[in-house]
Amino acid sequence: MAGFSMRPCGDFRTTYRQDTRIFDTTYVRNAAILGIVAVALIPFVLDGYYVNLFIQISYFAIAALGLNILVGFTGQISLGHAAFFGFGAFASAWINNMTGIPVLLSIPLAGLMTAAVGMLFGLPAARIKGLYLAIATLAAQFILEDFFARADWFTGGSYGAAANPINVFGYEILDDFSFFYVALFFLVVMYLLGTNLMRTRDGRAFVAVRDHYLSAEIMGINLTKYRLMSFAISSFYAGVGGAMYGHYLGFVSAEGFTILLSIQFLGMIIIGGLGSVKGTLMGTVFMVLLPEVMESGVSALSIFEWANSTAVTDGLAYIKEMAIGLAIILFLIFEPDGLAHRWKQIRAYWKLYPFSY
Amino acid sequence: MNFELLFQLLLNGLIVGTLYGVVAMCFVLIYKSTQIVNFAQGEFLLIGAWVCYAFLVEMSLPFWLGFLFTLLFMMAFGIILQMVVLRPMIGEPIISVIMVTIGLSIFFQAATKWIFGATTASYPQVFETRSINLLGMQIETAYIMSFVISLFIMAGFYWFFKYSKLGLAMRATAFDQQVAQSLGISVKTVFAMSWAISALVSGIAGIVIGMVNGVSSALSVIGIKVFPAVILGGLDSIVGAIVGGVIIGLLENTAEFVDGQYLNWGNLFSIAPFYVLIIILCIKPYGLFGTKDIERI
Repeated sequence: MAGFSMRPCGDFRTTYRQDTRIFDTTYVRNAAILGIVAVALIPFVLDGYYVNLFIQISYFAIAALGLNILVGFTGQISLGHAAFFGFGAFASAWINNMTGIPVLLSIPLAGLMTAAVGMLFGLPAARIKGLYLAIATLAAQFILEDFFARADWFTGGSYGAAANPINVFGYEILDDFSFFYVALFFLVVMYLLGTNLMRTRDGRAFVAVRDHYLSAEIMGINLTKYRLMSFAISSFYAGVGGAMYGHYLGFVSAEGFTILLSIQFLGMIIIGGLGSVKGTLMGTVFMVLLPEVMESGVSALSIFEWANSTAVTDGLAYIKEMAIGLAIILFLIFEPDGLAHRWKQIRAYWKLYPFSY
Repeated sequence: MNFELLFQLLLNGLIVGTLYGVVAMCFVLIYKSTQIVNFAQGEFLLIGAWVCYAFLVEMSLPFWLGFLFTLLFMMAFGIILQMVVLRPMIGEPIISVIMVTIGLSIFFQAATKWIFGATTASYPQVFETRSINLLGMQIETAYIMSFVISLFIMAGFYWFFKYSKLGLAMRATAFDQQVAQSLGISVKTVFAMSWAISALVSGIAGIVIGMVNGVSSALSVIGIKVFPAVILGGLDSIVGAIVGGVIIGLLENTAEFVDGQYLNWGNLFSIAPFYVLIIILCIKPYGLFGTKDIERI
C-alpha cells in the first residue's frame, strides 16, 4: 500500500483503532473538513451553472458509491443500477404523494424499498457470480424498465410521476441554491456511512468475499447473507440517489433510466477506481464533467471551419456518447486502478519531491 | 384460438430463432476460445449491415461485390479489434473484460448513429417477388433466404470445426491453451481468427436482418437477445446456442400470440426472454448443454 509510505515520520500505530481511522492523520482530516466548508461556499462564489453541476454530481455520486460497494468491494457485477436508481425516484414520489410523508423522510424510505427490490433481484446471486450475475442483472434492468412503463399506479405510466419539492421544517426548497445544501448534506452523510461500513465486520466480510469467495466461505462467512446484503446496501444507495434526482427535477419519467445510465454508473466507478470510496467521487466528477467539457471544447474550436460543420454540431450528442465509451476503454487499458490510484501517485510524487527514490 | 395466426407466428419464431442461433453461435465462439463475453455482438451486426448499405447504396456496387467487400471489412475489423483492444485485457479480472466490451458497444452504437444517422434505411430490392405462398401461408422471400443462409452458416460451422485445420486448432485452444501452445498452435492467431470469424458471421446476420427489417440502430438489440439464448443453451456450447436461439425465437412469438389474444399487455414478447433468463439462472445456471465448472482453491 502506498498509504504506508505516505505517513509522516514518527507516526506509528499501536492499536487497531488507530489503524482503521478514516483519515490517516489529523492534517488530512482537517483538510477534508476545510474542503467541505469550501464546497459549501460554492453557491456564493460561482454562478448557477456550477451549482447545478454539483447537484448532479451529488446524486450520481451517492448512487455510484452504492454500485462500488457492490462491484468494487464485494465483487458482484451489476448492470442494472440505473433501474434501481429509477425505482428510488418513483418510490419516493409515490410514498410522498400517497401517504403524505414528508419528502425528507420519504427519501430514506424509498431507499429501503429499493433495497427490498434489489434483494429480490439479488436472489440469483446466492447461486451465481461473475458473468452469470452480470447477465441476470441485465435482465433485471429490462424487467424493471418494462415495469416502469407498465405500472400506472406506481409510476404514472407514460405520463410520468410528479415529485414534490423537499420541505425542511416548513421551508420549501425550490431553487438550486437551497437544494445545493440538501444535496451536500446527503452526499456527506452517505459517504461517511459508506466509509464507515468498510471499517466494520460486515465491510471486511464483503472484501473477503470479493478476494476469494471459497476461502471466505471456509473462514465462516455466510456467502448468501453477505451477497444479498451487498445487493441491499447498493440498492439502498441507488434508491436514495434516485429519490434526490426525482425531487430535484420535480418530475420523474420512465424514459431516463436506460441501460446507458447503468453503464455510465459502471464507468464512474471504473474511472474512479474499483473499491475506493474517494475514487467513486472522482469518477463521478469525471463522468459528469466529461460531456460539459466536450461541449465547451467544441464551442471553443468553432473558430475552425470543420468544427462548425453540421456533422459536428448535429452529432454532438453522439460524440459525447462515444467519448463515454472511449473513456471507459482507455481507462481499462491504461489505468485499470482508476483515478484514485493516479491521485495516490501524484501525492507521493509531491511528498517526496525532489528525491523520489 | 386462432390456429392460423399461431402457426404463422411459430414459423416466424423458427426463422427469427435460427438467426438468434447464428448470432449466439458467434457469441459462444468468442467466449469459448478467448473467455471474453462480448457485449458488443449486436454492434457487429449493426456495423456489418451499415457497411454493406454504404457499399450498395452510396457507392452503388452490385450486390455480390458489396457483400464480398463487407465480409472482408468485417474480418479485418474483428482482427484489428482483437489486437488493439482485447489483447491488453488478457488476464484481467472479469469485470474489466465485460466493461471493455460494453464500452465498445456504446462507442460503436454512437459512432454508427453519428455516421449513418438514426433513421431506418432499407436496402435496394434484392428479390423480384416479395413473398411466396407455402402451405397456404404467405412468407416473405427474404425470410426464406434468411432461413437458408442461417442453415448454411450452421453447416459451415460444423464443417469448419470438424475438418479444417484452423477449426481444429481453435478447438484445441479452447480445450487447453497451454497444451495447444506446446503443440505449435499460435494462440494469438487463434484469438484473432475467432474474433474475425465472429465479426464476419455476425455481419452476415446483420445484412440478412437488414434486408428483412431495414437497417437501424435497433439491430443491436439482437446482441442483447442473445443472452437469454446462450444462457439457456449453456455458455460454452455451440449446439446449445442454436437450440437456445430457436427456443427463444419460438418463445418470443408465442408470447406475442398469448399477449395479443388474451392479455393485451402490449410488449410481453420483448420482455418474456428476460423472465425466462432469470428463471434459468435460478434453477440451472449452466444451461442445457453447458459444462459445469468446478472450482478449486
